Amino acid sequence: MAQEPTRNQQGPVSLPLPERNEPRVQIKGTRKGLSITLGEGSWQEILYELDQRLSQGQAFFYDSQVNLQIGLRDMEQSDMEALMEMLARHRIELASLQTTSRASGETAQTLGIRLALPEVTLAPPEPRGPAEDWSEGVLLRRTLRSGQSIQETGHVVVIGDVNPGAEIFAGGDVIVWGKLRGMVHAGALGNSEAVVCALELRPTQLRIGTCIATSPAETASTGTRPEIAAVVNGQIVARPWSNRAGP
Amino acid sequence: MPGRAITITSGKGGVGKTTVTANLSVALALLGRHVTAIDTDIGLRNLDLVLGMESRIIYDIVDVVEGNCHLYQALIRDKRLPGLHLLPASQTHDKAVIAPEDMAAICQELKKDNDFVLIDCPAGIEQGFRNAVAGADEVVIVTTPEVAAVRSADRIIGLIETIGKGPGKLVINRIKPAMVKRGDMLDTFDLIEFLAIDLLGVIPEDENILVATNKGIPLVYESNERAGQAFHNIAHRLLGEEVPFMPILDQPRNLLIRIRSIFRRS
Repeated sequence: MAQEPTRNQQGPVSLPLPERNEPRVQIKGTRKGLSITLGEGSWQEILYELDQRLSQGQAFFYDSQVNLQIGLRDMEQSDMEALMEMLARHRIELASLQTTSRASGETAQTLGIRLALPEVTLAPPEPRGPAEDWSEGVLLRRTLRSGQSIQETGHVVVIGDVNPGAEIFAGGDVIVWGKLRGMVHAGALGNSEAVVCALELRPTQLRIGTCIATSPAETASTGTRPEIAAVVNGQIVARPWSNRAGP
Repeated sequence: MPGRAITITSGKGGVGKTTVTANLSVALALLGRHVTAIDTDIGLRNLDLVLGMESRIIYDIVDVVEGNCHLYQALIRDKRLPGLHLLPASQTHDKAVIAPEDMAAICQELKKDNDFVLIDCPAGIEQGFRNAVAGADEVVIVTTPEVAAVRSADRIIGLIETIGKGPGKLVINRIKPAMVKRGDMLDTFDLIEFLAIDLLGVIPEDENILVATNKGIPLVYESNERAGQAFHNIAHRLLGEEVPFMPILDQPRNLLIRIRSIFRRS
């Protein structure tokens, strides 16, 4: 009933903003197990906060293995032992430690704690090569209405209409099984090989890679037939799907 | 059994939300139903004018929310129809003085004693809109056959779907048969195809609506006119009855709409 107002205005796919003030203690479930991140600040306070958080979780954390991330913090042997003792009280096993501090790394080695490699942050997707190399995408089975916006790094397939005022930004191709009358940007990450096809291709504006085109003025006599648009010699060209010679 | 709260909205202003709310309220009350109409256009109220109740306002919805009076003290009873009440908006505040939770609570309370709670939504998609849909069980979208109004309606339908109350039902207001005949106006078929939602009613343009609005006596009291008949038909459809759509033009296209609406219902 009471929805986030911003969410309403942005349409259903707006991405959540990152939190500004990261809490000092973050506990997350990951594919590899539990992950605890300790931020900056007084060590005593952080230990206390972590103890509180783990107590709230109660049995949820029992017998779990945890990957601890401490960032730049220098930890001495006594600090580390106090932490392990506290984790043990909550029946949590310290499986690995992730740190960028040399001192903490040495401490961990002395105590026989496995050091984990920092996770590689994913590089932004490379400019796309041939379309066969990748196939991730999203399928939407609804009408995209005015004010709604889809942003995807892969392909976007819509089964339904894309009404004027709606917009799609796709890293890959855009396929609309319906009427395309809104704004579409295919190959939005710089791929001019991307294509856009629709049963009725009449977008307000069409962008592929770095090219921009608008639909020709409406002519009532134009029959509706499926079309495919692609960049040819630096210009967006739409052709009927039936007599295509490949995109 | 609690009643149904229905919000009448459009996005764009001036398409006839208040007229539709007033006439549907009266039409349902004429059918013996208990109806309370709520004006949520705080700061720009006018449902009271259209219903001819302006001079009788003592408390309004802001007084109810702020606790200056009990909800039932703010309700104004219609002089002709004992089953019809109005909860007026305030003319001196703005939309921010009430919250969606307040509206939800008011609707919940009014549904206990009414068959229908009709909520007249202000134009726009901001706080006023969010307040107006907060307590709604169903939503009716009013549009006129103009590109700008239809675009707004599309946006509103999207928002209603997002909050899980969609997609709503469509009322097309101010259709001009002569213009449709000449092909100068978007017709019903185009609109339904574009917006892809169920049609609840089509109201032809009628000068008498303006006259009735100025007098503060909703048109449906005299049901002979085509527009009045259209409102009565919508009231019957809201009660779950099958009422065929009045032909705007004698064209096979309207037959198509009728066939489509039959399929949609099944």
